[in-house]
Amino acid sequence: MTGVTDIPRIEMRGVKKAFGSKRVLEGVDLTVAKGESLVIIGGSGTGKSVSIKTIIGLIEPDEGDILIDGKSILGARGSSRDALLSRFGMLFQGGALFDSMPVWRNISFRLLQGRNRLSADDARDLAIEKLRRCGLGPETADLFPAELSGGMQKRVGLARAIAAEPEIMFFDEPTAGLDPIMATVINQLIREVVSEMGATAITITHDMRSVVEIADQVAMIHQGCVQWHGPVSDVENSGEPHMDQFIHGREDGPIEAVR
Amino acid sequence: MWALVRCIWKKRRLPILLAFQSFLAAIGAAVLGLCATTGSLAIFTGASVMHVFRPPWYPAEIGRQLLRIGYFSLPVVGLTAFFTGAALALQIYTGGARFNAEAVVPSIVAIGMVRELGPVLGGLMVAGRVSASIAAELGTMRVTEQIDALTTLSTNPYKYLVAPRLMAATLALPVLAFVGDIIGIMGGYVVGTARLGFNPGAYINNTWNFLTFEDISSGLVKAAVFGFIIALMGCYQGYHSGRGAQGVGRATTNAVVSASILILASNYILNEMFFAS
Repeated sequence: MTGVTDIPRIEMRGVKKAFGSKRVLEGVDLTVAKGESLVIIGGSGTGKSVSIKTIIGLIEPDEGDILIDGKSILGARGSSRDALLSRFGMLFQGGALFDSMPVWRNISFRLLQGRNRLSADDARDLAIEKLRRCGLGPETADLFPAELSGGMQKRVGLARAIAAEPEIMFFDEPTAGLDPIMATVINQLIREVVSEMGATAITITHDMRSVVEIADQVAMIHQGCVQWHGPVSDVENSGEPHMDQFIHGREDGPIEAVR
Repeated sequence: MWALVRCIWKKRRLPILLAFQSFLAAIGAAVLGLCATTGSLAIFTGASVMHVFRPPWYPAEIGRQLLRIGYFSLPVVGLTAFFTGAALALQIYTGGARFNAEAVVPSIVAIGMVRELGPVLGGLMVAGRVSASIAAELGTMRVTEQIDALTTLSTNPYKYLVAPRLMAATLALPVLAFVGDIIGIMGGYVVGTARLGFNPGAYINNTWNFLTFEDISSGLVKAAVFGFIIALMGCYQGYHSGRGAQGVGRATTNAVVSASILILASNYILNEMFFAS
């Protein structure tokens, strides 16, 4: 951990969210210190993705508050929201690459918008540099997303997430659907870029290897609440039955396994 | 008879009341659903129109959409207009022959194409082609989280995706309708001169002399409204697409159906506004 201060970089206070009659978040309290890498684990449909989408502002919570550097970001509109979003970078589960544009435009998309936008040549050079950082050659720059394998799409998604060097990064299931070797490569890339940039990161995953390789802190969400939150070194000895059952993949325990 | 009804009522009162309650609940749910959709569409329309007039604009995206919606729809609109004009000339000729009014073919073809068939049929053809394409594209973007990705990259999806399509369709449809009008009149001319024995010069003179500025302008205004409707319904259905292939498929169907119905309904309203007096 680096640069930890008293004021957390990200804080969720009693965040609740329901979709119709389905209550997804039932009062999530979570803090992430500056420069820390938090990994959120939990079963499918327990509210992990909804949690990070409420932080980014893609989903508005019904109750509670979300603070960045101690300031509430709920209700941010216009330029203040733009300023906030410019501090975020996100790798989506399926990559979410724009299939109508080549890889280099995907990566430098944000840098080609706004008043201080880069020229196309500079943006392309920057995209190639980010591709190289993520282990892909310059020949990838002119391909379209549909021409890439799953692992390459993840790397391009990662390159896009880090292109503007954001302070806060979100990774949604970064290793889902990848073979174990590619999963390790992606985990290491995430760890490296987060450490290099000194960014604060939140990662969602089911993959316990990702937890070990990426996390400083681990939080487990179950039924819309944080069941356990602690350093990665304590995961094996958390003493929390939900956590124990999840990390060991046991069928018996407080988490109901639906067959 | 009355005694039988009373007997049934006494014995089966509860199931009958429950069935009636279910019937009312189904009607209520449908009405609430309609109100919710209307409200949601109104909010979407308001937000979209607001973003059309507020910077930043994306000229490259607007140009791309003009090409897709306008230029690439030309063959469909042109062919539709040509055959419609040709068929109209034949119909008017055979119909007019019943009361010795064959000479009105050029003027009726021109007025019919410019005022009504050019914009309406062109609009319906473009609705089938463009509205479906927009809904499928935005629906897929929604399902694959590309719309969320746009937001995280500090880009408003309304400005980047919806506003350029609305602008392009509203601008392109009058041009398409105008080209369709000319091709439709040409269709009538070809049938009139080659098949029905009209003198080419007289046919063109009759067409030109009977057309007024109001005929042409009303058709173009209608086309602009239809263009707005086509893009709006495609964007709305795609933006609110359900999950998976089925959700995108439903959004595509809904876009074409709703755009077509709204085109026909708004055509009647616009006709009332332009020609009622």
